[in-house]
Amino acid sequence: MIYSKLAKISLATIAVLGLGATSLNADTLSEVQKQGFVKCGVDGGLPGFSEVGSDGVYKGIDVDLCRAVAAATLGDAKKVKYVALNAKERLTALQSGEIDMLSRNTTWTETRDTSLGLKFAGVNYYDGQGFMVTKKLGVKSAKELDGASICLQTGTTTELNVADYFRTNKMKYKLVSYDTNDQVLKGYESGRCDVLTSDQSQLYGLRIKLEKPNDSIVLPEVISKEPLGPVVRQGDDKWFNIVRWTYNAMLTAEETGVTSANVDAMLKTTNPDIKRLLGVEGQMGENLGLKKDFAYTIIKQVGNYGESFERTVGMGSPLKIARGYNALWNAGGLQYAPPFR
Amino acid sequence: MLITLLRNPKVRGFIFQFLTVIGLVAFLWYIGINTVANIEQRGIQTGFGFLNGTAGFGIDQSPISYSEEDTHGRVFLVGLLNTLIIAFVGIVFSTIVGVIIGILRLSKNWLIAKLARGYIDFFRNIPLLLQILFWYNVVLRAMPSPKQSYNFYDMFFINNRGLYFPLPAYNITFYTILGSLVVALLATIVLNAWANKRKETKGEDFIVIPWAIGMFIIFPFIAYFLGGSHLDFSYPELRGFNFKGGKTLSPEFLALAFALTIYTATFIAEAVRSGIEAVSHGQKEAAASMGMSNYQSLKLVILPQAIRISIPPIINQYLNLIKNSSLATAVGYPEIVTVFAGTSLNQVGQAIEIISMTMLVYLVISLVVSAVLNWFNHKMKIKER
Amino acid sequence: MAIFQKVETRTAPSSTKGFSYWIKYNLFSTPLNAALTLLGIAILFWIIPPFIKWAYINADFQGSTREDCNSGGACWVFIRMKIDMFMYGFYPSVERWRVNTIYGLFFILMGSFKFLKSPWIKVILMHVYFIAGFILVRGDMFGLEYVPTDKWGGLMLTILVAAVGIVSAFPIGVILALGRQSNLPIIKSVSVTYIEFIRGVPLITILFMSSIILPLFFPEGVTFDKLLRALIGIAMFEAAYIAENIRGGLQSIPKGQYEAADAIGFSYWQKMFLIILPQALKVAIPNLVGVSIALFQDTTLVLIIGLFDLLAMVRLSAADSYWLGYETEGYVFVTFIFWIFCYSMSNFSQKLEKRFNTNLR
Repeated sequence: MIYSKLAKISLATIAVLGLGATSLNADTLSEVQKQGFVKCGVDGGLPGFSEVGSDGVYKGIDVDLCRAVAAATLGDAKKVKYVALNAKERLTALQSGEIDMLSRNTTWTETRDTSLGLKFAGVNYYDGQGFMVTKKLGVKSAKELDGASICLQTGTTTELNVADYFRTNKMKYKLVSYDTNDQVLKGYESGRCDVLTSDQSQLYGLRIKLEKPNDSIVLPEVISKEPLGPVVRQGDDKWFNIVRWTYNAMLTAEETGVTSANVDAMLKTTNPDIKRLLGVEGQMGENLGLKKDFAYTIIKQVGNYGESFERTVGMGSPLKIARGYNALWNAGGLQYAPPFR
Repeated sequence: MLITLLRNPKVRGFIFQFLTVIGLVAFLWYIGINTVANIEQRGIQTGFGFLNGTAGFGIDQSPISYSEEDTHGRVFLVGLLNTLIIAFVGIVFSTIVGVIIGILRLSKNWLIAKLARGYIDFFRNIPLLLQILFWYNVVLRAMPSPKQSYNFYDMFFINNRGLYFPLPAYNITFYTILGSLVVALLATIVLNAWANKRKETKGEDFIVIPWAIGMFIIFPFIAYFLGGSHLDFSYPELRGFNFKGGKTLSPEFLALAFALTIYTATFIAEAVRSGIEAVSHGQKEAAASMGMSNYQSLKLVILPQAIRISIPPIINQYLNLIKNSSLATAVGYPEIVTVFAGTSLNQVGQAIEIISMTMLVYLVISLVVSAVLNWFNHKMKIKER
Repeated sequence: MAIFQKVETRTAPSSTKGFSYWIKYNLFSTPLNAALTLLGIAILFWIIPPFIKWAYINADFQGSTREDCNSGGACWVFIRMKIDMFMYGFYPSVERWRVNTIYGLFFILMGSFKFLKSPWIKVILMHVYFIAGFILVRGDMFGLEYVPTDKWGGLMLTILVAAVGIVSAFPIGVILALGRQSNLPIIKSVSVTYIEFIRGVPLITILFMSSIILPLFFPEGVTFDKLLRALIGIAMFEAAYIAENIRGGLQSIPKGQYEAADAIGFSYWQKMFLIILPQALKVAIPNLVGVSIALFQDTTLVLIIGLFDLLAMVRLSAADSYWLGYETEGYVFVTFIFWIFCYSMSNFSQKLEKRFNTNLR
């Protein structure tokens, strides 16, 4: 008896754990609105992109995108539940529905876009892979790295690019791979490897985490294209559109000069582009299944792309990364949003 | 009628089993259709075609030739071999350490017995993963960089990239020496059998050990000359960033092997101890009263019985060690969980196939090891007359 | 013809009491022993004084910043500043009294067990404790604020995973053990297959399965919390080991007990639950404590699937750029905590073994 009771009670315990079984169907938007927050997968330990500040608040350019989506769908940028994921788990977490969107410096590749049941909704950071070495080594170019030990994060496109690069240049290398960026950095710092390779933006972010950042340099070579962007599940076009156009709204806002500071004043503008963007005119919001003023909310609460960039990775941040490829198309960069029309 | 039928234990047993089968089938069916639907809906690829796809990533340590152009199938093989290597090394060393500690634990020397006990009590109560991380992150990281390596006679080097030692080139001399060692081993076994027989039939002692040692020294010596006395070593040498030549044991491997050995040895020591203690006191007294020396009584009376008692728990520890080697993934030693269920899974994304293959590998290894050892155990059993 | 020969009078045996005799007999009885003793002393000298110097004499205990660690030894300030993270993970600080209450209740519960005789009440109290504890930690009921599971971490999560793992694996284990001993062929083969399969694969592959594949088993839309998935994996794993230990207990019960139960007309379940299992469990308890120790150690594996248990928390804190370089202190601290827990549990199981042994003989 006692044991059957035990069994029953244990089952009850699990049920109470209630951890479980939240339901979510193909309509991510209504699910998000029902649960009252957006479940957003981020890195959590990458300066500039997504990191937890000492006050326990997530910040970074990837985080800003989560916040923008929350602002667009729920009207409040704070309504995000962040799920910190390592490179290995991130894609399965999205596939399994643990998160609604992934905004974790994920490279857009053909394989990921086509064979994993995922869809990339845009590119919020154009990156390329680079190398960081200690100054002591006296290395000036990646071509001099023959025979070096290389630390990198496993489960990324990084390890494939390194293999390709060394193969094409007929060099040998020793691979030391780890699960998380923290481990990679520690391996590098302790001298387990000579070189740390990652996307360039990350290299700058990781460098400021070193005890002596100035003893390391980032080599000039960029060995790959790394378009990083938000990812959603295949099969929910409505949600895909929301994420894509949330991002486009931020770009368009920068292009038209709308910032979080002047957005209220801009409501009274005569510029038709801005009018459509902010929902004063047209059906843009409704077409997405959102409120008319969704873009206004995003800009008001999160800011435009430029603001977000400068605050998180640009000159307003410890990383001080220049806009480069991430400048708008009309300023010599690659960031280009289709028109709001 | 129906009620009496229901009370019949056979009928009830049948109904009960029938329900279980139905429940099980329904459950598997449910899982099956969901999985298929999910896979289809999410556009995830299926099948084992990925094994022929190019892996594209590098692996640092591989017992067989491997390059980035090889397939995921090859990655699987490399991972499997690395698992077997770490398991083999772990089993050999943990047995040696475990048996020594187990015997010391019963030493009459108070200090030694206490130290052995302290060792057991300390290391078996610390999670293995923590020990692996400790050796890797604290001890091996504290080693100097390649340029400041600890250098032993220019042959052995230790630094934070691993342990380096010279490797003989595989030429005729090398193989003759290798062969001579095998011959010496066989000769020792034959000699031992002959000595045992003589002891049983004529009662005369023949001490095998000095002969065996002699053979193990002289045979390779002769073989060296027979094989053309041309033994080449490739010595580790600091060139560029790293040591080249010789053989390297990576810190990942060392940390894992060390932690597995130290942790598993505590359990083997306990098994050995309880095996020895389980031999009744009367046996020891009987041996002593027959005038056997301490060594004789240990070799001829205590150990043969103790070993039989210890074998089953030790088998269990071997199996645990093999499974525990999967913790390698925490430090990145490229065994099957790290490279196949880790990196390959990431590149391919076919979780079901990859995880099942990995599980199957461990299952097969476990079954084979336990079958072999059970056969051994069976063979060792005291044959009652 | 034996001729009587006078034997030399033997000298009186040297004292068998006293310190010097003890030393001689226990430490230096033979040359080999003496050598071993010296070796042992050397090892102790090699390990202990440097450790004490590092961990105590040269260590820094006071202060709150990195700069306070300047004596060259261990920097326990790091542990002191991070202790809340180690104990509670990201659990919101204003709500931590809830976790503390559970720790406190645990000691009250253990204390009350001394006075309670009925095992029924004990088991019920245990479960009430578990459920109450769970509600308290999770919140979202009785006006308590909801604390999502991704905020749980540190020692609290370690204990929770171990406790929930054991409690939920236990009934499954009992059923599997009975299944394996059953004479119904299908039931038996299902149980044997399950047990041998689980025991043949490493926990980490099961955790991978429960965290990556499990979501695919359920219809589109049903998702499980990360923690729950880990718990399911651990319970599945542990059940097989518990089953094997209970089977050991079942096998030790003499056949007469089964026959006697049959003779007085007990049904299968009556026989098992009233006669056989209570005895079998008693025999199995020391081993079950052993399983619990193993599980407690195994909880550290959840860090590989991204949960923040005590060990993961320490690693995370050691990666904090402000406190870089104090990893060793962190590891020593976790080692200490785990060791205390596991050692006292294994002592407990040895005591139980002694107690139950006397009953059986």
